[in-house]
Amino acid sequence: MGMTMNAISRSQIYVLDQDEALDFYVNKLGMEVNTDQDLGFMRWLTVNLPGDPEREILLEKPGPPALDPATAEQVRELLTKGALGGYLFMTTDDARKTHEDLVAKGVEITDEPTERPYGIDFGIRDPFGNKIRIGQMFPRA
Amino acid sequence: MSRAVEESNRAMLRARDAMDRAYAEPLDIPALARIAHVSEAHFIRTFRATFGETPHRYLQRRRVERAMWLLVETERDVTDICFAVGFSSLGTFSRTFRQIVGESPTGFRRRATPTNVPSCFTKAWTRPISFG
Repeated sequence: MGMTMNAISRSQIYVLDQDEALDFYVNKLGMEVNTDQDLGFMRWLTVNLPGDPEREILLEKPGPPALDPATAEQVRELLTKGALGGYLFMTTDDARKTHEDLVAKGVEITDEPTERPYGIDFGIRDPFGNKIRIGQMFPRA
Repeated sequence: MSRAVEESNRAMLRARDAMDRAYAEPLDIPALARIAHVSEAHFIRTFRATFGETPHRYLQRRRVERAMWLLVETERDVTDICFAVGFSSLGTFSRTFRQIVGESPTGFRRRATPTNVPSCFTKAWTRPISFG
């Protein structure tokens, strides 16, 4: 008792190039730019799903001075081999149709739509190596 | 300098993703090397340096993992599952399965229990390891 936190409002993933990230998350996945602001020391770039501006994803570029150059390089190497762990789970009303749309847009599919006890879902990869899972979830029992 | 490593990693990841997605198809080294845009010899060497095992071994263990999954989640018979995950002979499948899992497909089916987490986690965490 005593905890008063009530939402996950922002999450962060690393991207190698913010323009390319914008193109992927907005033009391919259909998300919206929430904030795109040059803070001088960094470009604060967040996106959200249409109609859900309360939940933002920060698309952050790893680099100095937040990370020293050698560490940033390690982050980029792990990201591109799919080992960094950036992972987004999204839901949809129609997994098969969403899959079809994304295939038509040339998005890389990692896992074809499968029916599971929890719903129908499939996996995609962003241009940098982050994984995204898109699911049409059944109501929880 | 590091840009080249990143591009190479991403290309190897693309080929590995293809194995995770299309394990049921007759994938071979030439096809995977084409996905990564490198020569076959370069592909095998670089994949191993990137992920710690050869592409052949990765694919073999992906197929065995999917077979384990189908054995637990479905009632399909073993021969059917063998072809469904990309093996072209029942003999090779049974031998490979036993070698990797340590028991026969039927024995495994008898004692295993289904899980209920997203498939990608099942695939990532229950593929039998080949390192260390």
